Amino acid sequence: MNSFTYVRASNLDAAVREGARANTYYLGAGTNLLDLMKGGVEQPMRLVDVTRLPLAAIEELSDGGLRIGATVSNADAASHPLVTARYPLLSQALLAGASPQLRNMATTGGNLLQRTRCSYFYDTAFSACNKRKPGSGCAALEGHNRMHAILGASDKCIAVHPSDMAVALAALDATVRVRGPKGERAIPMSDFHRLPGDAPQRDTTLQHGELITAVDLPSAQFTKAHYLKVRDRASYAFALVSVAAALQMEGERIKAARIALGGVAHKPWRATRSEEMLAGSGLQEDSLRKAAAAAVEGAKGYRDNSFKIELAQRAIVRAVRTAGGAA
Amino acid sequence: MQSAAAAAAYGTAPYATSQTPLPDAAAAGARGEHIQQVTLSVNGRPYVLAIEPRVTLLDALREYLGLTGTKKGCDRGQCGACTVLVNGRRVNSCLTLALAHADDEVVTVEGLASFGKAAGKPHPVQAAFVEQDAFQCGYCTPGQICSAVGLLAEARAQGFQLTEDVIRERMSGNICRCGAYPNIVAAVKKVGDAG
Repeated sequence: MNSFTYVRASNLDAAVREGARANTYYLGAGTNLLDLMKGGVEQPMRLVDVTRLPLAAIEELSDGGLRIGATVSNADAASHPLVTARYPLLSQALLAGASPQLRNMATTGGNLLQRTRCSYFYDTAFSACNKRKPGSGCAALEGHNRMHAILGASDKCIAVHPSDMAVALAALDATVRVRGPKGERAIPMSDFHRLPGDAPQRDTTLQHGELITAVDLPSAQFTKAHYLKVRDRASYAFALVSVAAALQMEGERIKAARIALGGVAHKPWRATRSEEMLAGSGLQEDSLRKAAAAAVEGAKGYRDNSFKIELAQRAIVRAVRTAGGAA
Repeated sequence: MQSAAAAAAYGTAPYATSQTPLPDAAAAGARGEHIQQVTLSVNGRPYVLAIEPRVTLLDALREYLGLTGTKKGCDRGQCGACTVLVNGRRVNSCLTLALAHADDEVVTVEGLASFGKAAGKPHPVQAAFVEQDAFQCGYCTPGQICSAVGLLAEARAQGFQLTEDVIRERMSGNICRCGAYPNIVAAVKKVGDAG
């Protein structure tokens, strides 16, 4: 790990002032950042520890929504009574991620900002990684790409976003609140993470110096929910494909649906066309299968990961049936 | 010496023989310019340390405090051998900076025996690991035990039952190369069942 200076921010203003400096990163729990620093992938000169800022509360909003502070741990968010009662999808997604030790450490803000686990990004022995070194190429395109993207990728990068929490937040139409040198703003989850395009080094639409202060959830209307994570081990592994499915039911029929996929793209992949097709549908496998097919329209497989195109569809069908109570 | 950061702390210059030019901050680190003082509370005892920011809690425990019960396995947050309790919650000490824990209570495997009612006796989880033969080589054991102590507290606080399936899922952050899992599950279950 390179040497750096460490400062602990005493308040939000001071944090943002420090964070705006060059070569400076905010430090949450550090479970991803320190790992990347050990591998030489990230080499910040200054870290601003934000874990003691007053951002650790979960509170109800006047519009019926819920605000989760940026430093609330993944474990605390997953077990909070308001989250388990109103947003079971989020609780399930959080508990599907990482290990208990990591969930005790990892923060809400940090989870959103974790970086891809593409092995070519992580291993500096490989010279080609546009995300790590813009312009150097993409070793995954012709390499081991079993874990990689099938949707929204570019010829510059086929990495996927690793978060489970973010997939649930995308399905739930959450908003990310940030504070930076130019003030505060709120970013819808759908605009928070980026597709790689020609600039895969940028994971999000955050500007340098902007600090996540909270994630806001709209009032809960999709309480029939299931987070299905398909992975190589039963626990403690990143998703091959995951599905966040949340439904409003009217008897046996789906009134409205929210579907987002993980493990398939550079960002949580919201399947809006599938959602439209599911509205008014029953839970029979054939109608769900048609809606699932719409989610992978335009999908492209690479040498090792074409199986994900079929897997994603089957996972959608199972997640929706489970959420609706049919499986 | 298991890491450059730990080596630096003992006064050697880890980059002194490097053939590549030093980044400014690394050079400053080698000269000791970033060293900060911190007081860590470990097993109920305060320790005053002067360390570089890049020293992890794990390296601080092992290389500065001599508390080598906490083990370094992967050093990347994947194996769980470095698990300790911070304010009663289990964490990977390899993925957190020592400086970040100035106000925290850290408990390592060395602190479990005198932690709680049975002062001087092995912690119930330690006793159960011995009784159930829940280890072979023992390298992952301190992390397994600290993790189990954390799990038992989580189960009490959140009111979930410690079935074998739940134990397996909630202990999945601790890898055992010897494959002692069945006996580890039995040991944790025994303590959980005893309430």
